[in-house]
Amino acid sequence: MEKMVTLTINGEQVTVPEGTTIMDAAKKAYINIPHLCFLEGLQAEGACRVCVVEVEGEPRLVPSCMREVHEGMKVYTHSERVRKARRMIVELLLANHPTDCFTCERNQICELLKLAYELGIDKIRFDAKKPQYELDETSPAVIRNPNKCVLCGRCIRVCHDVQTVRVIGFINRGSDTKVATYLEKGLGNVPCTNCGQCIHACPVGAIKEKSYVDEVWAAIADPEKHVVVQEAPAIRAALGEELGLPPGTLVAGKMHAALRRLGFDMVFDTNFAADLTIMEEGSELVGRITGKIKKPLPQFTSCSPGWIKFMEHFYPDLMDHVSSCKSPQQMFGPLAKTYYAEKAGIDPAKIVSVSIMPCTAKKYEAQRPEMNDSGFRDVDYVLTTRELARMIKEAGIDFANLPDEPAEPLMGVYTGAGTIFGATGGVMEAALRTAYKLVTGKELEKIDIEPVRGMDGVKTATVDVNGLEVKVAVAHGLGNARKLLDEVREGKSPYHFIEIMACPGGCIGGGGQPISFDMPLRKMRCDVLYKEDKQLPYRRSHENPSIKKLYEDYLKEPLSEKSHHLLHTEYTRREIGG
Amino acid sequence: MEKILLKNIDKPDSQDIETYISGGGYKALEKALSMKPEDIIAEVKKSKLIGRGGAGFPTGLKWEFTRKEKGEPKYVVCNADEGEPGTFKDRVILNKDPHLLLESIIICGYAVGAEKGFIYIRGEYFEEINTLKKAIEQAKAKKMLGENILGSDFSFDIQIFKGAGAYVCGEETSLFESMGGGRATSREKPPFPTQFGVYGKPTVINNVETLSNVPSIILNGGDWYSQIGSPDSPGPKLFCLSGHVNKPGVYELPLGTSLKELVETYGGGVKGRFKAVLPGGVSSSFLDTLDVKLDYKSVMEAGSMLGSAAVIIMNSDTDMVNVCKNIMEFFAHESCGHCVPCREGTRRAREIFALFANGEGKAEYLDTLLDLKDTMYDTSRCGLGQAALNAGASAVKLFRDEFTKRIKK
Repeated sequence: MEKMVTLTINGEQVTVPEGTTIMDAAKKAYINIPHLCFLEGLQAEGACRVCVVEVEGEPRLVPSCMREVHEGMKVYTHSERVRKARRMIVELLLANHPTDCFTCERNQICELLKLAYELGIDKIRFDAKKPQYELDETSPAVIRNPNKCVLCGRCIRVCHDVQTVRVIGFINRGSDTKVATYLEKGLGNVPCTNCGQCIHACPVGAIKEKSYVDEVWAAIADPEKHVVVQEAPAIRAALGEELGLPPGTLVAGKMHAALRRLGFDMVFDTNFAADLTIMEEGSELVGRITGKIKKPLPQFTSCSPGWIKFMEHFYPDLMDHVSSCKSPQQMFGPLAKTYYAEKAGIDPAKIVSVSIMPCTAKKYEAQRPEMNDSGFRDVDYVLTTRELARMIKEAGIDFANLPDEPAEPLMGVYTGAGTIFGATGGVMEAALRTAYKLVTGKELEKIDIEPVRGMDGVKTATVDVNGLEVKVAVAHGLGNARKLLDEVREGKSPYHFIEIMACPGGCIGGGGQPISFDMPLRKMRCDVLYKEDKQLPYRRSHENPSIKKLYEDYLKEPLSEKSHHLLHTEYTRREIGG
Repeated sequence: MEKILLKNIDKPDSQDIETYISGGGYKALEKALSMKPEDIIAEVKKSKLIGRGGAGFPTGLKWEFTRKEKGEPKYVVCNADEGEPGTFKDRVILNKDPHLLLESIIICGYAVGAEKGFIYIRGEYFEEINTLKKAIEQAKAKKMLGENILGSDFSFDIQIFKGAGAYVCGEETSLFESMGGGRATSREKPPFPTQFGVYGKPTVINNVETLSNVPSIILNGGDWYSQIGSPDSPGPKLFCLSGHVNKPGVYELPLGTSLKELVETYGGGVKGRFKAVLPGGVSSSFLDTLDVKLDYKSVMEAGSMLGSAAVIIMNSDTDMVNVCKNIMEFFAHESCGHCVPCREGTRRAREIFALFANGEGKAEYLDTLLDLKDTMYDTSRCGLGQAALNAGASAVKLFRDEFTKRIKK
């Protein structure tokens, strides 16, 4: 049995398991200790010292995020000594921080600003020289502004400990300390996967996505341009959070309605392309299992561009395992400028293809040189959920009261299988629903594949397909992915099919989503998608009437020559050294 | 007083193992190997020896904690990263009596149950590094070090680890990080080094001078040692006397000797008129009197700390504002940058002292500095930040008019 420890916090007695930190124990005494460098889900660092508390008998204040409780401990969380120290610490941080809050990305959601307000800081007693660092704008996805950095190290911990990518770290010493990449080459020139989890970890505006809002506004305003838009599954599970709706609200219909009102000429839906991905990727899986396709098992999914770049840098030896299917975004891209352009009789040169993604890595993916199979840039601009929310706010659209509207049917009808792509395990579940049909000719009866759902880092399941035990595994977060990848590398992997998503929780936790590193919130977003899945008229990708029409009218069949030309891709071996 | 720590340094060829042995060297090791490790620790506890590196923790307790830890292997680390400005005492032992240190480390290793010791030495101590290397070879040749020391079951090795120039590496947890190949930044304590030290293993880390007391304690007993000098913190101490004195240098005197005696009898008196003293280097607070006994408790009661006993004397020509500016430049440069109070605090204090030095001070800055000192002491992760503003804040208190004179009109 767990050993329990009793202590007093501000005179209130609490009993908690041995090993609990003071910060966690204080919650039992109804105290949320102010903090900055601590972030739930990451290892405590004890760098900022904002969370210090007084412990009777100790010469100095102690960081409550790291100090474990002991029997009989007497803790004071907001004595005068503590409050004075906390104020001074935040004052020191503010003294070194830019004051351009009006134009800051985190204007309304800055943790430092919030702390300053909550701790009652009414003046800064230091006339300090502010840092003058150059911005890191080398990446097409993520921009770092070291001048705003408070050196809490949260980005580094998420990059190292959660994602195991390790492209950022502290350099220099003392007040010259800064977060930097290898030899200060910049994020664009090191093995950064562009996953953007560092953005969620950052308490201030030191890391953000590279924005293309102005380019998209310009395209919309240009009468010569025909602007089409697609939205990833995960957008509808989180966009409402930015626009005044409670977390856990499905906003698919309002999202389509808002995009029309922003002035997009044609509102489609990436979920349609997700269904298409399943047709192609499911067929590829069946081909690999039956031996028709001479490529190794397990097959890996390929929808997460953060994972793809991670694989190219760190596991290029496993490249043949990765499905040749483009991601839904990049399947949609060339079809908009070929299939849709032909159907609508529009010159593809005039089409501007915009995608709304929960993802920063998608910005990089859209710019990969090979992504031009339509004869043009397949996807012109990628906006994050946050950028779309800002456009909706800028336009003054009353999002909460918008009517629900569907996307345009040609490339906008989607099934439940398409929508659950946004949740970890969703691609796997969608693929199994269709692969079963492809192999057996029958429909999978038990359509909800529970073992691949949920927030466990690695999930596995076995599905009986006509007597063949198909073994599958799912990992989200690149640190978890390594566990499955190392098994494959060692030749010990028992799986046929492995889904990997770069971000914890899958796309609903992508680097472009409303700022949060809160895993229960990410779970809630997953649940939104599973709920929509249940409500939709079709729940299997191969049932999608618009997909059937696409194959009938244009592609012929999965893995056809045209499919291969437009919907499949190749990968690039990349160095680890940058 | 008969010298204990520096007894060999004036002998010709004092670094040579033969000289050391002929003066009774390695007898303590021989005796120790015939004792039970627990009994050695008991003697060290009885001696009341406390750490000479600055923090002043009881050495015997540290050894006992390490011995009782379950983790394996255990390590001994000798902290020879002597970097506190004004401190140059360990260097004398390293350079002139390396076998005294080696013998001490080996005894410590036997007592705590370690098979490996490290000497983490300041990288700039080139000569001392060579001296140590040679001494290690000699000790190995004489079976004092290596496999089956002096025919016993005990095997022990010592490796030299060179620092790369960061002051903070003198702070034990930063030193461990540095040895592990990481950035030299401090760790949160607890866990303490005795639980989680170098390479995450139970570790005794002792300063050069601290360890060098051990052979005499083994040979003469803890009770004998505890009678030397001050009853609270007995034993000899190496005082590094510098600044405005006629005869600066390293002096071995019993703890509890008065500052006045050190300066006047040994240091040849103050050059000019006495103004202030930093009794424990730039990490300590200024005192404006020589009338204090030099032991840990007395100096603390007087409002400062003995630290590593780098006694820096300043005369009446000294500009305290410039001294503070100089000291803060040092700390701002040496802060590891990990925790906010130290990183930002040293930088802001440096700016403020520079403003005063330029005649651009503001009256309200003086109180800000005192508040800042409280927060830095109370919340910085390691000793560097905790002590960085001691000198500055005490100067503001003791010599306030020197600062108010520099306020911008």
